[in-house]
Amino acid sequence: MRLLTHNMLTCNIKGVTKGFPLSIEVQKLETKETDFNPDFLKNIFPKLEWKAFHDAALSVGLNDIPEQVDPVMLEDSEFLQKFHHALLEVHLEEGALICPETGRRFPVSKGVPNMLLHEDEV
Amino acid sequence: MWFLCYFLHRLLDYRIPEIESLARLFLGEKVDLKWRQSPYHHPDSPFYFIDLPSEDVARNIASRSVLLKGILEVWGEGRTYDELRISIEAYPEEKKTPYLTPDSTFKVVVDTFGKILNLDEQTERIHSLSYIPFQGVVKLKNPEHKFWLIETDGNDFNNGLPPADIRSIVFGREIAVSDRKVVVKYELSRRNYLGPTAMDAEVALLMANQALAKPGKLMYDPFVGTGSILVAAAHFGAMTMGADIDIRVIRDGKGPDKNVWSNFKQYDLTPPVGLIRADNNVPPWRSSLSEVFDAIVCDPPYGVRAGGRKSGGRKLLQGTRDPYIIDENKRKDHIPSTAPYTLAECVHDLLDLAARLLVTGGRLVFFYPAPRDECGEEDYFPKHPCLNLIANSEQILSTRYSRCLLTMEKTSRYTDEIAAEARKVHQEFRDNHSEMLQESRENGSLHHIVFAPSSEAKLNGTEARPRYRGKYV
Repeated sequence: MRLLTHNMLTCNIKGVTKGFPLSIEVQKLETKETDFNPDFLKNIFPKLEWKAFHDAALSVGLNDIPEQVDPVMLEDSEFLQKFHHALLEVHLEEGALICPETGRRFPVSKGVPNMLLHEDEV
Repeated sequence: MWFLCYFLHRLLDYRIPEIESLARLFLGEKVDLKWRQSPYHHPDSPFYFIDLPSEDVARNIASRSVLLKGILEVWGEGRTYDELRISIEAYPEEKKTPYLTPDSTFKVVVDTFGKILNLDEQTERIHSLSYIPFQGVVKLKNPEHKFWLIETDGNDFNNGLPPADIRSIVFGREIAVSDRKVVVKYELSRRNYLGPTAMDAEVALLMANQALAKPGKLMYDPFVGTGSILVAAAHFGAMTMGADIDIRVIRDGKGPDKNVWSNFKQYDLTPPVGLIRADNNVPPWRSSLSEVFDAIVCDPPYGVRAGGRKSGGRKLLQGTRDPYIIDENKRKDHIPSTAPYTLAECVHDLLDLAARLLVTGGRLVFFYPAPRDECGEEDYFPKHPCLNLIANSEQILSTRYSRCLLTMEKTSRYTDEIAAEARKVHQEFRDNHSEMLQESRENGSLHHIVFAPSSEAKLNGTEARPRYRGKYV
């Protein structure tokens, strides 16, 4: 699971109001090289919740993502490279996503987060 | 400029929408394309004229098209070779001479539709063009200019082809031909990991074209399965993301080298940016997420070959049992039971998801089943106030039912009022089609329509089936 996916997911148990952002429990990280595509980065940048992305990057050990950003930074190739790496190259292969409100653990195995709810959570 | 689209005789209803989508992709804006057909041509004819701004646009369209054979600049057409000559001679000289110069190389391709010409007949046809002042050198391999002479049959007996009233002959200069090798490359028979309902490669490529896939775009398939639709989107350079309720399919596949990821690796494509196990009925997207996907492309489960599932136990949703209580110590490995997901619910969720998560101008491309007699009925198809239907292409699957590829475009932003309005529209839709959309095997359900045995009257009927079956026959 890449941080891009993490940035989109929430805990959707019925009644939960603050299910985002899920905190990340790391068991195994992997780096998978991905083609650098600035157009895609520029396309996706305004759609991210930056604070959640920044915090998620910290929790997988990346501390070079700035806390505050501005669209002009997309012209800076050094920033784009770091952004690309954090967004698309670092994978949570094994671990879990944890709901900030209920503590429900959504396991991540073989890179696939399991967001399916139990019968009593729908 | 008018060009001739010379189509393949397949997926007839998909041909014009595909070209319109590609024109949109390469022109970058909405344009009202002008089409015309020569007189006497059947709607299923392989010849359609289209007005495009330039040869470059025509070349780009042909390079990505799946259902085109090629695009020509027509120099003349007629019902007989005499008429053809008059027509070619009347075509402006200044448009012809640049391609007939002595220092050029050329060849003439003879092609037929609905008939066969042997080599001698082909040579004779080429020689009959001697009134065109070709001065270049004939070169069969990689000539600079290629000309096409296409002849169709005028017989009534037309070996399963659309009824042609009249023979027609077309002569023109090739602008571009399509590359069908890509369809062979992605053929399912060569695919590493397959599921029972993997999408055929040709149709998946068509869906990616309808969805305007290109580099820098993000495409989502909520029923990803083995990823067969996303493979096509990735072929055109789009980033992909998929979800499925069946974790075995997306996480495990059939082993470490035979899974969704390996299907992308096989073709050296960028793998999906994310695969998520999620239920489309209760999607796990954060509430502030909006306008993130450039396209949503999918083949929803509609209960004929595979049925959909959603969260919440079957018996629980029927109300025949009390809510489950799952012990804390069993929660970790608990496998939640699922309930059937009816087509009506599935499509409602899909349209609503698309209205919310597509960018404005983004596209939703999906298959929707229809009994044969409902395909022409506009009311039959689902609607959403944010989404505008731009193409509905029918593929006849049996005498009983078809699947229609619907292409919708998001035209307005998703607001709270629209969400409420959509629920209302959807309720009306469900009320009108309740029996059709039930999971039951009773009369009227799609499953019943497809699988019920024929009535006796039909079995005893001796009248021959028509040789040509098409939407317009």
